[in-house]
Amino acid sequence: MNEIKKFVATGLTIAGMCYGSIALSQTKAGEALLDRYASAGAKNFSAARGEALWNQKFTHAKSGQKRSCTTCHTSDLRKPGKHARTGKIIEPLAPSVNATRLSNEKKIEKWFLRNCKWTLGRKCTPQEKGDFLSYMSNQ
Amino acid sequence: MKPTRLLAIISLSAITAGIVVTAMADDDRRYSDSWGAKTLPGVAPVDLPLYQDECGSCHMAYQPGLLPAPSWEKLMSGLDDHFGENAELPENERQTILNYLLDNAAGRSNYRASNKLMRNIRGAPIRITELPYFVHEHREIPSRLVTGNPKVRSLSYCNACHTQANKGSYDEHQIYIPGYGRYDD
Ligand code: HEC
Ligand code: HEC
Repeated sequence: MNEIKKFVATGLTIAGMCYGSIALSQTKAGEALLDRYASAGAKNFSAARGEALWNQKFTHAKSGQKRSCTTCHTSDLRKPGKHARTGKIIEPLAPSVNATRLSNEKKIEKWFLRNCKWTLGRKCTPQEKGDFLSYMSNQ
Repeated sequence: MKPTRLLAIISLSAITAGIVVTAMADDDRRYSDSWGAKTLPGVAPVDLPLYQDECGSCHMAYQPGLLPAPSWEKLMSGLDDHFGENAELPENERQTILNYLLDNAAGRSNYRASNKLMRNIRGAPIRITELPYFVHEHREIPSRLVTGNPKVRSLSYCNACHTQANKGSYDEHQIYIPGYGRYDD
């Protein structure tokens, strides 16, 4: 009986440690959103794909302008960016240097909506948003 | 006291009071566009954190007292194409912010700059920078200090020059144009 208890306890500890290490690379709000994207059919989120999309250039249909996430945020999320039009400084997005980032589900979704429309000319899919989050949260 | 006497006194004092009030109003009109003695300088500072967050992320949060109510109504009904940007909000937040803007719009609060900005407005312009008083006050600034100045870019960015703009103060002694310096004329 005692043996079994010990076994279960060890199992739980290991599971807890694994869970802990996953949580390290994703914020709580990010975790909740990934769950939601997964239940919408997205899977195998990839930070590498997120990074590629982050740097990809899209052509704005109306103006012919090239746009990417880096236009305002730069390709280094640990550094501040600048709004392309207004010039307002945008504080770094990387949670490692700015703890307030990726901490609010609604705020994340709001800016995904606005900035996907501005940059890609359309809404992002749950898969793309999950890839972005996997990339961004590890910066 | 006879009733006629009483009536005479009452009407005399009413006339005197009337003269005093008229004189005060005249006095006011000569010095400012105020509604009375309690006119405050500048525009009312922003005091709604939701507004500060939502409408202060791409540019400074413009004080509600910088535009009249019909202008805010129009601007807030087209947030998905906001000067070429997407500034969409969930409906409940849009409504809260719209109400805040309408309650505190120019013409609905007694601040000196707000009162002046109301002069000669036609229709419902959605740019502060297109209001006649604004245009008049900024007409002498050479464009190299504005559009030709990477630290300013456009007159829309009040806080690039008005050092206390975030507090609702546009006093002419608190102006500093980047690359040029204090602006005193
Ligand atoms: C996604 C970025 C963004 C957000 C969010 C945003 N704005 Fe703007 N806003 C802009 C840009 C860009 C301009 C145009 C600036 C220019 O012409 O140089 C602008 C211009 C304005 C102007 C006109 C300024 C002038 O020239 O007189 C007003 C007023 C204004 N915004 C109010 C608001 C309000 C109210 C909100 C919140 C509901 C808001 N903005 C949210 C980007 C934004
Ligand atoms: C390029 C710098 C610059 C920018 C940007 C700018 N202003 Fe000004 N503003 C000035 C200068 C300079 C004056 C003073 C003109 C004078 O006294 O001849 C002035 C005057 C004013 C006045 C009158 C002040 C007084 O005491 O008479 C108001 C009100 C004002 N600005 C509001 C604004 C608002 C609101 C914005 C943004 C929508 C803005 N300004 C953007 C430079 C600027």
